Amino acid sequence: MREIETKQVAETVAQLCMDANYELPDDVVAALEKARENEVSDVGKAVFDEIFENMKIAKEERLPMCQDCGSAVLMIELGQDVHLIGGDFYEAVNEGVKKGYQDGYLRKSMTYDPVLTRANTKDNTPAIIHVDIVPGEKVKILFCPKGGGCENMSAIKMMSAGDGMEGVKKFVVDFVRNASGNPCPPTVIGIGIGGTFDKCAYLAKKAVLRSPLGSHHPDERYAQVEKELLEEINSLGIGPMGFGGRTTALGVHIETHPAHVAMMPVALNMNCHVARQKTAII
Amino acid sequence: MAEAIKLTTPLEKQDMEKLRVGDRVLLSGKIYTGRDMAHRRFLELIEKGEKLPIDLRGQIIYYVGPTPAKPGYPIGSCGPTTSYRMDKFTPTLHKMGLAASIGKGKRSPAVREAIKEYQGVYFVATGGVAALICKSVKSSKVIAYDDLGPEAVREMEVVDLPLTVGNDCQGGDVFEEGVKKYGK
Repeated sequence: MREIETKQVAETVAQLCMDANYELPDDVVAALEKARENEVSDVGKAVFDEIFENMKIAKEERLPMCQDCGSAVLMIELGQDVHLIGGDFYEAVNEGVKKGYQDGYLRKSMTYDPVLTRANTKDNTPAIIHVDIVPGEKVKILFCPKGGGCENMSAIKMMSAGDGMEGVKKFVVDFVRNASGNPCPPTVIGIGIGGTFDKCAYLAKKAVLRSPLGSHHPDERYAQVEKELLEEINSLGIGPMGFGGRTTALGVHIETHPAHVAMMPVALNMNCHVARQKTAII
Repeated sequence: MAEAIKLTTPLEKQDMEKLRVGDRVLLSGKIYTGRDMAHRRFLELIEKGEKLPIDLRGQIIYYVGPTPAKPGYPIGSCGPTTSYRMDKFTPTLHKMGLAASIGKGKRSPAVREAIKEYQGVYFVATGGVAALICKSVKSSKVIAYDDLGPEAVREMEVVDLPLTVGNDCQGGDVFEEGVKKYGK
């Protein structure tokens, strides 16, 4: 049993909020560099120049890479031998988000009510918090500032088993085609297959946040589908920002879960080229 | 690729006539900002026959909700938001003399039609390069709807703001042409 003060959780989250908004993970930078080399469209190349110049300015001056500093999404793995002390865990996470967004000059985008008042909570809380209990005595915190533009380009379809893998692929490719430049391509495509309605959407989010970017599903058959979908999506010609080109997606990740005999849900979640996330372990 | 075209606001008809989809533009001068709520308020005023807080003729509206400015900066990071949410308001604003809008993503057929009819243009700013765009902004002040926070209407002075022509007054669309050219 290891004791961890929730105050330490709050401090860690605050730091993650700032760092994730100023600097991209190395694997995302590497994927963008590779995509830039392959791009043939002039206007697409110009977009890549802007992307890399932006990264440099944001890192040097500690400015948010994107003005949309996102919904605060946290995927937390809580070791079952950890004893959290000194206050409510969820409150501590939200305290961290509040501090990070305030001190880091990040945009606060959350509203109290989704339909009626739309008044801003002014501190970007409440965060979207997912917790998994895992073996061990550590707390692993992944923070993702998830932009509204790409999150809006999400979909779920309760498909039938009879639709097969061809149906899954068609659903994904058609959706990406229609989304065009809206999700700020080149994007990361996360696909959840199986489970229930809620589980499937969660799998899509897990998929979009898979690290390193471009790594594959452990089942070779799904890994093959990831490769085929990436190729098909990059053949659409949408290109950086939708201006035309070879790079529409940086990677396609599929997460799967067993499904009910009558069901085959498929969910799709995208991340923009500013595919921000940062992890800390306490 | 061809050299970027330099433009200064307010835009004249002859500026719009020479622009074609995919052209790179560096824009300087005064522009205004507005998003969903500001557009709704503009349309309510127009319906009532009342005066808008800005004279739209020859002007440009940039769809942006910036981050808070750090000390010593005129504004925070300020990249474009997705334009389709403003589609239902934009044709009326072009009719009132608006020259151009700046955002990201595709526009509706009605907006494209209005751009053609009233000789306007739609510029796309690259999404997610908000720190870079911040460097083009020399000053910024809220001129209406302060209560909307990041969505308030601002007047911004920009120098060489990097843009791409998304829809031109000939009816061209960069998203359609891009897919036609590079799609397999």
